[in-house]
Amino acid sequence: MSLRSPLARVRHLGSAHDGTAHWWAQRLTALALVPLVLWFVISVISLIGSDYESFVDWAGSPVSGALLVLLIGATFWHAALGLQVVIEDYVHREGCKLASVLLVKGACLLLGAIAALSVLSLMV
Amino acid sequence: MAEFALPANSKIGTGKTWPAPSGAKKTKTFKVYRWNPDDGQNPRVDSYTIDLDACGPMVLDALIKIKNEIDPTLTFRRSCREGVCGSCAMNIDGTNTLACTKNLHDVDGDVKIYPLPHQPVVKDLVPDLNQAYAQLQSIEPWLKTTSPAPGRERPQSPEERAKLDGLWECILCFCCSTSCPSYWWNGERYLGPAILLQAYRWIADSRDEFAGERLDQLEDPFRLYRCHTIMNCTRTCPKSLNPAKAIAEIKKLMVERKG
Repeated sequence: MSLRSPLARVRHLGSAHDGTAHWWAQRLTALALVPLVLWFVISVISLIGSDYESFVDWAGSPVSGALLVLLIGATFWHAALGLQVVIEDYVHREGCKLASVLLVKGACLLLGAIAALSVLSLMV
Repeated sequence: MAEFALPANSKIGTGKTWPAPSGAKKTKTFKVYRWNPDDGQNPRVDSYTIDLDACGPMVLDALIKIKNEIDPTLTFRRSCREGVCGSCAMNIDGTNTLACTKNLHDVDGDVKIYPLPHQPVVKDLVPDLNQAYAQLQSIEPWLKTTSPAPGRERPQSPEERAKLDGLWECILCFCCSTSCPSYWWNGERYLGPAILLQAYRWIADSRDEFAGERLDQLEDPFRLYRCHTIMNCTRTCPKSLNPAKAIAEIKKLMVERKG
């Protein structure tokens, strides 16, 4: 039981003066993913029936490679931001919340790095 | 974690039934949430069937009729009976609205009436809104200036005044905030649509000199950014206002002042 006033409870630790960059990045990565996913789907369809060599040539070319790395970056950045919001919405125990957010961000970073380096390895 | 089931002492049972008066031709049944903090019982839903030919047109008329003629223990807030005071906000037919402006003809079948969702209940249909009132106090909803007070009114052009339309009409019934899942799960930190609309009402006021400080206070992952544009607020508002748009305007200002 707490005898703090309702106003003290509402003011709590004050404003974090933060959150705008997170919100804006989530919108921008979503916008970026629209053309990137369209391009990716169309490219994959046009590669149907091609052999391994021509796929490696496509993925290893500077333009496709760059777009693939951008697609990977935007996807995992957007996923990390979005999953963080879901966890903050529903997980209310501070320790559990912190651990889940760090785990999700670490997993997104790792998967993104593996995917990006796989594309880069086709270019050397 | 967010709770998806009611705690054991909140599980709702079936309560008493009051049948239609004899000779009634046009009847309607009201299923009303009842909870009394003094009797130690779980909440229950009582059924009252009333004669519509002897009742006014609104849900509030029916509630007052039930209290006056059938069950004087039924407890609810009401005052103006014309959609101005916000006292009789409750969940009717699955939607938060004002009992005084909700027409009985607009409800098909039985009329289910519950208190505003996810707030502590004081008794029956009376929710405890102290947290929401404290949140309103926290955004300092009054004109703030540093310029010395003029010896007359503070002038405002018709265009500047028009920016407050759709904001000043809010009656603080909290139908919107208590319809918002984000406010359900994080109401102790998220300010909710009603308070954010009030905050924007002062940010948008051309006479106010503290818009920046107001934005500073709102810029927080929980206070503002728990809004996920679910739009329940706008859909449920009994005054047809658009709290979701007010929140979107605040978010736009947040980005605008960064760049």
